[in-house]
Amino acid sequence: MSLISKIKEKFFNFFKIKKEIKLGFYGPPNAGKTSLANKICQDWVGEEIGRVSKIPHETREIQFKEKVFIEKDGKKLEFKIIDTPGIATKIDFEDFLKFGLSKKEAQKRAREATQGIIESIKWLEDMDAVVVVLDATLNPFSQVNITIVGNLAARKIPVLIAANKIDLKKANVKKVIGAFPEYEVVGISARSGEGIDDFYDALFKLVKKIK
Amino acid sequence: MKKNSKDLTIHFMPYSEIASLGSLERIKRILGLVLENKLIILQGRLKPEEETKLIENTMTLIGNIKDFQGIEISSLSGSVEKTIFEKIRRNIVKILIGEQDSITLIGPANLVKEIRKDPKKIELILKRR
Repeated sequence: MSLISKIKEKFFNFFKIKKEIKLGFYGPPNAGKTSLANKICQDWVGEEIGRVSKIPHETREIQFKEKVFIEKDGKKLEFKIIDTPGIATKIDFEDFLKFGLSKKEAQKRAREATQGIIESIKWLEDMDAVVVVLDATLNPFSQVNITIVGNLAARKIPVLIAANKIDLKKANVKKVIGAFPEYEVVGISARSGEGIDDFYDALFKLVKKIK
Repeated sequence: MKKNSKDLTIHFMPYSEIASLGSLERIKRILGLVLENKLIILQGRLKPEEETKLIENTMTLIGNIKDFQGIEISSLSGSVEKTIFEKIRRNIVKILIGEQDSITLIGPANLVKEIRKDPKKIELILKRR
């Protein structure tokens, strides 16, 4: 390699490191995507990205937080955090009635949720890296999880799997690892903060895989 | 024979039925059957990008078609590769003839309550009619 090529490479690598990394949060509804994105934004920016709720499909629009600088072992990276609506294959407005919503509110929520899912899928290809957030208390073999991970793999987008809700007794991180043996899986609790340091370690490793 | 509205129709779809179709036609064919309230057992599986297109189209239909709540879908792979050689062989076969050693269940959500899956089996739970 000539001296000029080396200088060119260093020059571009320098700017590559400085570049903002678009980090998407994907997963099924109620897995804790917004809770984890909130935890990260609270840790590094001091404010939240969105509202969380026990009612599924609380996030029905893509939410951003730009200029999130995360530091680890003296290295600082700039992220654009992109929180996406949960992906599902079915939506029945009657499911929302169980949470005390009126019929009108439930129908509106269902309509917005379908649009949110379409938006989430459209945004997939714009991500530099993705954290797939799964509820570790549930069966990880659902087709939605497999479809999301399969799509990211087909697009060569680096994936980190966050097995969330490890503060709950029913959580089974080993089962999540067994379902996705080719991926790095980190057990975390977005609510209590348990495992968050391991998550940041894994996040910095994930960034290295961005092409 | 006249079909009763409470009858359950299972449509066995050999891979040959969709092999020559493009992605959009495959999705149209599948959703067409789902909208007829049929449960599809497909030989093989869709590509990941076809699965997301299927979800996108499903979401567009919810709200536009009365009583349509979406779909339930689950795929089961035929074999578990143990060695690198087996993985390579399977990938070559996949490129040449598609993933025909898998099976996929697709059904309307108003008919299928849940599909429970573990790595080795699928359980289909239907709603009482």
